[in-house]
Amino acid sequence: MKQFMVFVRKEFYHVLRDRKTLLILFGMPVMQILIFGFALTNEVKNSRIVIMDEAKDPASQQLVARIASSKYFEIERTITGQRQIDEAFKAGKIKMALILPAGFNEALLHEHTAQVQVIADASDPNIATTLTNYIHSIVQDFQSELNETITAPYRIVPETRMLYNPQQKSVYSMVPGVMALILMLVCVMMTAISIVREKETGTMEILLVSPFKPFLVILSKAVPYLLLSFINIITILIMSVWLLELPVNGSIPLLLAVSILYIITCLSLGIFISIKTETQQAAMTISLMGMLLPTIMFSGFMFPIENMPLPLQVISNIVPAKWFNIIIKAVMIKGMGLMAIWKEVLILAGMTLFFLLAGLKSFKIRLA
Amino acid sequence: MSDTVIIADKLTKKFGDFIATNQISFEVYKGEIFGFLGANGAGKTTAMRMLCGLSVPSAGKATIAGFDIYKQTEQIKRKIGYMSQKFSLYEDLTVLENIRFFGGIYGLGYKELKDKSEQLIEKLGMHNQTKKLVAELPLGWKQKLAFSVAVLHDPAIVFLDEPTGGVDPVTRRQFWELIYEAANRGVTVFVTTHYMDEAEYCNRISIMVDGKIEALDTPVNLKKAFNAASIDDVFYQLARGAKRIE
Repeated sequence: MKQFMVFVRKEFYHVLRDRKTLLILFGMPVMQILIFGFALTNEVKNSRIVIMDEAKDPASQQLVARIASSKYFEIERTITGQRQIDEAFKAGKIKMALILPAGFNEALLHEHTAQVQVIADASDPNIATTLTNYIHSIVQDFQSELNETITAPYRIVPETRMLYNPQQKSVYSMVPGVMALILMLVCVMMTAISIVREKETGTMEILLVSPFKPFLVILSKAVPYLLLSFINIITILIMSVWLLELPVNGSIPLLLAVSILYIITCLSLGIFISIKTETQQAAMTISLMGMLLPTIMFSGFMFPIENMPLPLQVISNIVPAKWFNIIIKAVMIKGMGLMAIWKEVLILAGMTLFFLLAGLKSFKIRLA
Repeated sequence: MSDTVIIADKLTKKFGDFIATNQISFEVYKGEIFGFLGANGAGKTTAMRMLCGLSVPSAGKATIAGFDIYKQTEQIKRKIGYMSQKFSLYEDLTVLENIRFFGGIYGLGYKELKDKSEQLIEKLGMHNQTKKLVAELPLGWKQKLAFSVAVLHDPAIVFLDEPTGGVDPVTRRQFWELIYEAANRGVTVFVTTHYMDEAEYCNRISIMVDGKIEALDTPVNLKKAFNAASIDDVFYQLARGAKRIE
């Protein structure tokens, strides 16, 4: 045990003396949270729109005023001709155009139904869909307000309620994703590199010749990263709550416990890679290309897994981040307990066990 | 037999069809400096790795300090020290931290470690360097430190794998003084080398060619037997017949 502590202390020296490692370790989570939380959101704000108001009556002006006051739109200008709309789209100045036909108010008052035309730039379909939804909800709001003042026929207004994330904030899906990503990077890459480095510099041989048990070498490599990753999780959570105003609805101890499990999964994966590779470069390439990309693609935080073709859906099952993402969303955002996530927890535990056993097995073979 | 610390009996290591070491047999006595010579690829490192427990032999027997290399690797590990070609110390740790780490993993107690590291620093005259990172030390210092660390836990045998690679002759000479001093304390030194002048410093040497030991005796006797002026000549006569050349 004393030997173990000696070893762990040495590992801390390695980590703490290496500025670059430290920067990656602690700078990256902060950066990622800031980038994903603020810059890279799915919300589309301040989209430029042109409005062709041919009606110029009270109703149309009220509607335009609503759009102007929305944070999602910024009225580029009001125009008078169809051709100007085309020009504005072609110039790439606007994302959307709204046409209010002449007699808008009349039609509303007398026919109880009026038409508006929405034209969206669908070269980016996601943005177009989002913007169309925004416009629809603004029009809907306006309409239901009108219904209060005038005697209108019965009308069914569908009301959608967004569960768990009423404002459809993108941080809700980003934060769990970023947590999965960062822990994957830190734990897998850092442990893999630190073990392979000992192979490269030849110190691993010295350690193997010493009475210090090989599996303790591996274990003591993992301890500092476990601790540092834990600090990372806490940082991410604190930033999410205070900076991004993301609530933690579930039990915090459970959240931390599953995070530790995921850290251990990643560590064992890192150990596995380090045993299979001989150079730091190989270890880094495998961790980055082999882990980072699948984590971004298949964890479900950027691209919904449900929309993927079946073979890719199957592949996504072997990505640990996918399961962690599900767990974190369930616990943090939906506030669910262990009963809801035990299956995912078991899968992660199984993966950990697999990597550890496979790693230890080939470690012994290598010794022979 | 307590004076024989290494007994190798027909020790063989095969990698597929390739026989890296072919039935090598030899004995090494306590306190001896045993030179293990051979061209690149002759099988020196493989043989040494088997003796250190880094590699499992394909056939043959061997005991280290009376312990069997198949079954008693744990006991052997406590009895041996090892220094590789790369003078493996941690470059981002200070001199003192390296000493404490390597002493620590051999299970030396705090008091013992403190005394030993003071002695070691005294002996190497590195008072001013204890807090320096190893990366900042000149190669010669690193090497001496690596050797001192390898014998810190008072092993019965220390294995040195080409310990003086890339070092100037003066530093090599100083390094050999450390080896002699360890041998005088009763530590058996098993050393592989490329440098034939170093071979002359050894009590006995063996020369490996193509996985086999072709000669084994004191440097003086070998020179006589081969009618050669130097070990270099002896080596050249033997190695000329080698088929494996890198």
